[in-house]
Amino acid sequence: MKKSYKIDVDCANCALKMEDAAKKTEGVKDASVNFMALKMKVEFEDGADVDAVMENVRSNCKKVESDCEVFL
Amino acid sequence: MNSKQKKNLIRIIISAVLVISLHFVPVSGILKFILYMVPFLIIGYDILIKAVKGVINRQPFDECLLMAVATVGAIILGLLGSGDYVEAVAVMLFYQTGEWFQSYAVGKSRRSISGLMDIRPDHANIEDGNGGLIETDPDEVEIGTIIVVQPGEKVPIDGIVEEGSSSLNTSALTGESLPRDVHTGDEVLSGCINLNGVLKIRTTKEFDESTASKILELIEDAGSRKSKSEDFITKFARVYTPAVVYAALALAILPPVFLMISGNSPMWGTWVYRALTFLVISCPCALVISIPLSFFAGIGGASRSGILIKGSNYLEAVSEASTVVFDKTGTLTKGTFEVAAIHPKDISEKELLHMAAHVERFSNHPIGLSLKEAYPDEKDDCEVEILEEIAGRGIKAKVNGHEIYAGNSKLMDDIGAEWHDCQKMGTIIHVSIDGEYAGHIVISDIEKPHSKEAIAALKKEGVKKTVMLTGDRKEVGESVAASLGIDEVYTELLPGDKVSKVEELLAQKSNSSEKLVFTGDGINDAPVLSRVDIGIAMGAMGSDAAIEAADIVLMDDDPLKIAEAIRISKKCMRIVKENIWFAIGIKISCLILGALGLTNMWIAIFADVGVMVIAVLNAIRCLGKR
Repeated sequence: MKKSYKIDVDCANCALKMEDAAKKTEGVKDASVNFMALKMKVEFEDGADVDAVMENVRSNCKKVESDCEVFL
Repeated sequence: MNSKQKKNLIRIIISAVLVISLHFVPVSGILKFILYMVPFLIIGYDILIKAVKGVINRQPFDECLLMAVATVGAIILGLLGSGDYVEAVAVMLFYQTGEWFQSYAVGKSRRSISGLMDIRPDHANIEDGNGGLIETDPDEVEIGTIIVVQPGEKVPIDGIVEEGSSSLNTSALTGESLPRDVHTGDEVLSGCINLNGVLKIRTTKEFDESTASKILELIEDAGSRKSKSEDFITKFARVYTPAVVYAALALAILPPVFLMISGNSPMWGTWVYRALTFLVISCPCALVISIPLSFFAGIGGASRSGILIKGSNYLEAVSEASTVVFDKTGTLTKGTFEVAAIHPKDISEKELLHMAAHVERFSNHPIGLSLKEAYPDEKDDCEVEILEEIAGRGIKAKVNGHEIYAGNSKLMDDIGAEWHDCQKMGTIIHVSIDGEYAGHIVISDIEKPHSKEAIAALKKEGVKKTVMLTGDRKEVGESVAASLGIDEVYTELLPGDKVSKVEELLAQKSNSSEKLVFTGDGINDAPVLSRVDIGIAMGAMGSDAAIEAADIVLMDDDPLKIAEAIRISKKCMRIVKENIWFAIGIKISCLILGALGLTNMWIAIFADVGVMVIAVLNAIRCLGKR
């Protein structure tokens, strides 16, 4: 399953870091961040609890880039 | 400007004013240090905090850490001897100014690009039963609902006109500036702007499935298919920053150690300062920001011309197009029959057409329709009586008392009329009046007005070979190819043959940087579209199948847009390359100058911020048409 989320981040490099962090989160099959459109597309693994996974994605992103936001 | 940008601008101004006024305050020693710390902390506190957080979260190599180490290092050097703190504050100040500009410029271009693609409708009007209208969220409109679109409003959802007629501005979808007229029964697509009349539309799709929503989704997703250039930059940034940090560390330690061993003064201060300058230059933001921005702007600019590119990788690849393969019918030709020539024997051209059109008065055959199209006054008061339809031959009719036969050469042979052939390509309708041969009319699938121009434009953009594939007869295909100036033509192909032909052409390519483009009308070309390097579907307004199968979608059916797509892509790639070379070049020369001690932190920060600003401005040029 794929879902798209709005994000807020200031620099392109930080967006790359968020993408990496999201990809490494458990339950996420693939993720891509579009810095220009300020969107994050997340593909979840089968049977993953979307809300819980996204909470983790958000906190992992905050870890690598304190000045970012993922709107859930 | 958002609130964050405002706050940062105020910080920049306060800190700059403080530093300048401190310049005129005669203090020294520890008091000077404390006074200078005020503007430094005002401007740099968030950077310092982020740097510490980065280290704690084991993500140390970011620009905040570089800036923090460089400026704190400069302050320590000041404390130890030089007493100069201005430099540290200035570096932080310039860095923040650069960041502020970057965020402002990116925000602005983001807005201008989304402004260009402003086809998302914000409401739909539904009648409330008393003649009034209710504004509704288009998401909540169900299929089959009647919506009302007033002049000046965007059509929110795809549907069919139930009532009213109007002109629609489709330029946001197709780039075509001529308005399109719609009447009752016509299909309308969301994203078009209603120009004059009130339209009542019965929706045929949900909002999410409508054209406008689909196009927006496609463009927003385009960024996630990353191009080779973007991948390169991502990898480069990952290697570059740590490499520069280690190089800086080496620069700070190795030369002094070497000097000490060889018995000279180690000059720690000088080398540490050079190492700090190194750190300032090392930030890769100019590259990391400008490359995706260029692609985003290029895709945005192309969509404005009715060219939807489904990913940065395709935008990059199409600039390397070397072979362009076309499907004939519907792509280079209109796919509808039209009268191409009228060759009468003794009577006038008009008279011949007049007679032939009458014979077809009750016909719905494409050929009959094309004759009636060519002679619009067919429904005049002439007496027409169809006597016989002869299968595989033609029609016998009586017009104003004359006996007319219209059909193929076999029909002429049957009635003993002496016919002659035509050198023109197409379907030939012979006509006889009262047993005498009267001439013939040639009907063919005519070329689109821009087809010839499109082939020439492709050659000008550096396409080496153009190929046409068609299921049509050999003579017809070859004559079309010759008239358009196409290099190679393969005729009488079955749909399956097209795939194998394309595979042959793919195998002929000399190297992988040459790309094979296939252009078709997208309806029955899906297998070929997915096999080639870049598949272009044209005339895709409203055809979901084409949008799915192709990599690039032309919203209208003008083949000239293929050359335009290549031009946009080439321009975009040129800008991307300029930015890569420019940014890396300046950085590396500054790094060398820094290592040799020929530059100071001031120049370093100017190099960093300046390169970034220029690269961003350059990237925004991708939005422009030419």
